[in-house]
Amino acid sequence: MAGATYKTPKLDELEKGPWPSFVKEIKMAARRSPMANDLLGQLEKSYTEKIGYWKHGGIVGVMGYGGGVIGRYSQLPEEFPGVSHFHTIRVNQPAGWFYTSKALRGICDMWEKRGSGLTNMHGSTGDIVLLGTVTDQLEPIFAELTATGFDLGGSGSDVRTPSCCCGKARCEWACYDTMAVCYDFTMSFQDELHRPAFPYKYKFKFAGCPNDCVASVARSDMSFIGTWRDDIKVNAEEVKKYVDGGLDIINNVVLNCPGKCMKWDGKKLEIDNDSCRHCMHCINVMPKALAPGDDRGACILIGSKAPIVEGALLSSVLIPFIKMEPPYTEIKEIIERIWDLWCEEGKARERVGEFIQRVGMGNFLEAIEVEPLAEMVAHPRENPYVFYEDYFEEGDEDEDEEEEEG
Amino acid sequence: MVSASEVAEAMYKMVKESMGQKKLKPTDLTKAMLEIYEGRVDKATCKAAIKELVNGGKCVYTYFGGSYLEIPHREGAAND
Ligand code: SF4
Ligand code: SF4
Repeated sequence: MAGATYKTPKLDELEKGPWPSFVKEIKMAARRSPMANDLLGQLEKSYTEKIGYWKHGGIVGVMGYGGGVIGRYSQLPEEFPGVSHFHTIRVNQPAGWFYTSKALRGICDMWEKRGSGLTNMHGSTGDIVLLGTVTDQLEPIFAELTATGFDLGGSGSDVRTPSCCCGKARCEWACYDTMAVCYDFTMSFQDELHRPAFPYKYKFKFAGCPNDCVASVARSDMSFIGTWRDDIKVNAEEVKKYVDGGLDIINNVVLNCPGKCMKWDGKKLEIDNDSCRHCMHCINVMPKALAPGDDRGACILIGSKAPIVEGALLSSVLIPFIKMEPPYTEIKEIIERIWDLWCEEGKARERVGEFIQRVGMGNFLEAIEVEPLAEMVAHPRENPYVFYEDYFEEGDEDEDEEEEEG
Repeated sequence: MVSASEVAEAMYKMVKESMGQKKLKPTDLTKAMLEIYEGRVDKATCKAAIKELVNGGKCVYTYFGGSYLEIPHREGAAND
């Protein structure tokens, strides 16, 4: 076909400016794909009439799987036959998003043959998102993907495709092997990924250090953030080089330290490691001089989510520090206990963070058999539901009651 | 203990009977089975039963805000 056949003055506005434009990409795809061409037509009509002309298809998928395909149909199939069906496919990305160019070409060739040719690399969960195909192509697409070692990702009320930062593959700050854990969890929880059995979605994200390049603290039900529990490693000579090279160490490092635990006397940098918040700021500013300590592991947090049914949540600390060593049995046992409880007591479409807010962190911790710790409290006295029973001695309650009566 | 196939049959019956009235989630079915077969069925058997139903094509997963198990049918939204 010759190219885009619709006049799209509204969409054309989105091609202006120096940034990438999805309209430009759809127009390029429209040169080959009638589906992409009709997508332009329907989208322009939607922008003009301020109506989204999509219908949700809840039943399409591949045999045996409950996730990975999101059904879409046009409400205007006669006017835009190319997008009569426009299903999305989520493909489980490799850990850390490392591909060979051969693997990428394979996906693109398959998708130009069996779909619109439009992709989203990558969706916010991390999957490769293939946009727009028809129901009859779903099984052949699945067969071709699996033949080349790919699998569908999660969608619906299941474990969503786990994702991680590039970790030790490229980054010196990685406090554990994010890619290894991400791969291990993906394989261990295949059933939960492909067979939705939860009240709602459950996301794992693995970040190698507190820089949290995968935004796990905001975007995953369970975040694994690399950290260390010994002292920050300091190379005094390199610190001096930074200062001699013009770094304003007082204003750019010491005064920006959230733990207020750094001192610079003009010659020597001192860190009170007990007060360090492990924020990475000083390490990011002076990467040659400072590094995370050697006793490395991860902090596990729970409950974040983007706003969907209710508002956004950030994660709360669940396990302040744990060594991340295969086969991760202790962690998996905690996860199973959380899922058992949430499946039993959670409401439909209630994320685990919302569930914890409803039942209370204290009750949640008790039910999953995790001891409450001071690190779980974001600010002093913020959570009145965590009781430290050890602080009370037998008879304390009787005394309180007597005092009240008196 | 009751076999996964027997549980699958009981689940299938439930899904069929509630079709058109109430969509059932896998957890609804599991909870019902644990109650019906008190002590003679565990969660692992229920999981295996669901797998049997889906792999055998008797039920499909559907998504309408949450994930459900239904008898395969042509959905209202589908275009030819
Ligand atoms: S999260 Fe930390 S370890 Fe991972 S890529 Fe970012 S800086 Fe590196
Ligand atoms: S990591 Fe953060 S809190 Fe710790 S010393 Fe550096 S700047 Fe301060």
